[in-house]
Amino acid sequence: MEAHLVAEPILKVEGIHTFIGKHHILQGVSFDVYPGKVTVLLGRNGAGKTTTLRSIMGLLSPSQGTILFQNQAIHHMKSFEIARLGIGFVPEDRGLFNLLTVEENFRVAMLQEDEGSQQRLEFILDIFPDLKRFWKAKAGVLSGGQKQMLAIARPLVNRNELLLIDEPSKGLAPIAIEHLIEAIIKLKEHTMIILVEQNFYMASRLGNDFHLFDDGRTVHKGQMEELVANEELKKKYLGISG
Amino acid sequence: MNPKWRSWLPKLAVIVIFLLPILLISPKTYITLTISGLAMGMLLFLVSSGFSLIFGFLSVLNLAHGALFAWGAYIGFSAFSFINKWTGWGGSNSIFSNILIFLLALAAAGIGVAIIGVVTERLVIRPVYGSHLFQIFITVGAMTVMEELIRIIWGPNDEPMPVPLSFIGSWDIFDVVVSKYPLIVIVIGLILYLIVFTILRRTRLGMIVRAGVENPEMVQVMGHNIYRYFTGVFAAGSALAAIGGGMWATFVKSIHPAMGGEVIVFALVVAIIGGLGSMTGSMVGALMVGLSYNYVAYLVPKGALGITMLLLVIILSIRPTGLFPEGT
Repeated sequence: MEAHLVAEPILKVEGIHTFIGKHHILQGVSFDVYPGKVTVLLGRNGAGKTTTLRSIMGLLSPSQGTILFQNQAIHHMKSFEIARLGIGFVPEDRGLFNLLTVEENFRVAMLQEDEGSQQRLEFILDIFPDLKRFWKAKAGVLSGGQKQMLAIARPLVNRNELLLIDEPSKGLAPIAIEHLIEAIIKLKEHTMIILVEQNFYMASRLGNDFHLFDDGRTVHKGQMEELVANEELKKKYLGISG
Repeated sequence: MNPKWRSWLPKLAVIVIFLLPILLISPKTYITLTISGLAMGMLLFLVSSGFSLIFGFLSVLNLAHGALFAWGAYIGFSAFSFINKWTGWGGSNSIFSNILIFLLALAAAGIGVAIIGVVTERLVIRPVYGSHLFQIFITVGAMTVMEELIRIIWGPNDEPMPVPLSFIGSWDIFDVVVSKYPLIVIVIGLILYLIVFTILRRTRLGMIVRAGVENPEMVQVMGHNIYRYFTGVFAAGSALAAIGGGMWATFVKSIHPAMGGEVIVFALVVAIIGGLGSMTGSMVGALMVGLSYNYVAYLVPKGALGITMLLLVIILSIRPTGLFPEGT
């Protein structure tokens, strides 16, 4: 809490309403993301977590409310403009280009093919050595865990200050989830992360702050340790008991 | 079907279409028909590859593609006539002059229709991204308007297409009569395929386009202005159709306003057989259609159009997404 009083939020989402067709999905979502933190968005299926990430990324346009990134309004920007400001996105379906090689996936992600990008790439490949091994292989032949590594690693070739990750553990075996957690722990020292995650174990290992979603609204927030200890909240909004 | 057999299917299909007629046709006639079939295939590749790329990358059903093909033929016709009037290169005995005027006419066709493509994409196509039904309505409308504009500008009648002097006639190679122009078409078609293939495979631009064929939203989220790429790909696809139009008109030696409608059916079939969004698929599909059409036209003239449809049915029943995946 003391850190929040000192630091300005890097991302401020205030009262956003988003429609998908005629469906009013987000009905007043508000939360802040602070530097040096992993912020976890939690809630049942259909609560609006993915829609929130897509609204931040400009893939959906909020009809009301504001989204400020480093004090700049981004809620009416196009997604390629938002990406250029330093926000990376890892969608739920990973968004890999399966017919392109691992190398080509990274090269498409690079906004500029310069020395800085090369240095960041070397750093990334140290964290994800499997990607170096499969460098010339098509992304489609990778295992589920490797695909998820590639999906998360790819946006990091640019100087992204914020990374939005949507359900990275989906469809992964427990051992792959452990590897992923270790990788993200190393990454969080270098970039801020908003994580949407159904797997509470992963969320609790990685998250610093949490925001609970229910029916398109943010209903509770706090520090992750509080949520871990609060059985009532977990049962009510996540369906987790014990 | 066994995945191993699936990967062999395109190669097997080409081999069967290529070699089976040898059993039924005399060798000399086979060679002549094969060259005609390859030439027709190259022309179909130019038209269908643009359509396939536009559908694969933009997810746009552009039924005005045939009209762009016709505009290419007419602009090529006008450019050729204009340059020939001032230089006489078209009727000259110099092969260099003949080739130069021909390439300049094709370049004019490509550039002119690329500009038309940019305007069409911005004004006609962009408002209907995401809706195939409205794309069909609006592009059919655009096709009608473009055809009528041809009639207004150039007149409603058929016009003879001028052919450079050294492109006329044939060579006698080991007692086999080989027409000159089909060979030229094959060479130019191959060169254009290699250029497009190299751009797609070896350049950053091509890499982004191939990524966009798979997932345009993700390309946008990576910081690329996908709308600029949409316009560029639409222009490139239009230019390919236009060059195909100019070359086709020289092949059949005439132009008429509705010529686009005749070829768009073939182009659609080729794009579907080859796999929408695949350059290699367009090439293989085009060669299959071109060759089979020519062989069957010789053996069973009334069955020539039917063989194209039969190919479509066979390929789609075995491989509904076409021979090659999008982006290849």
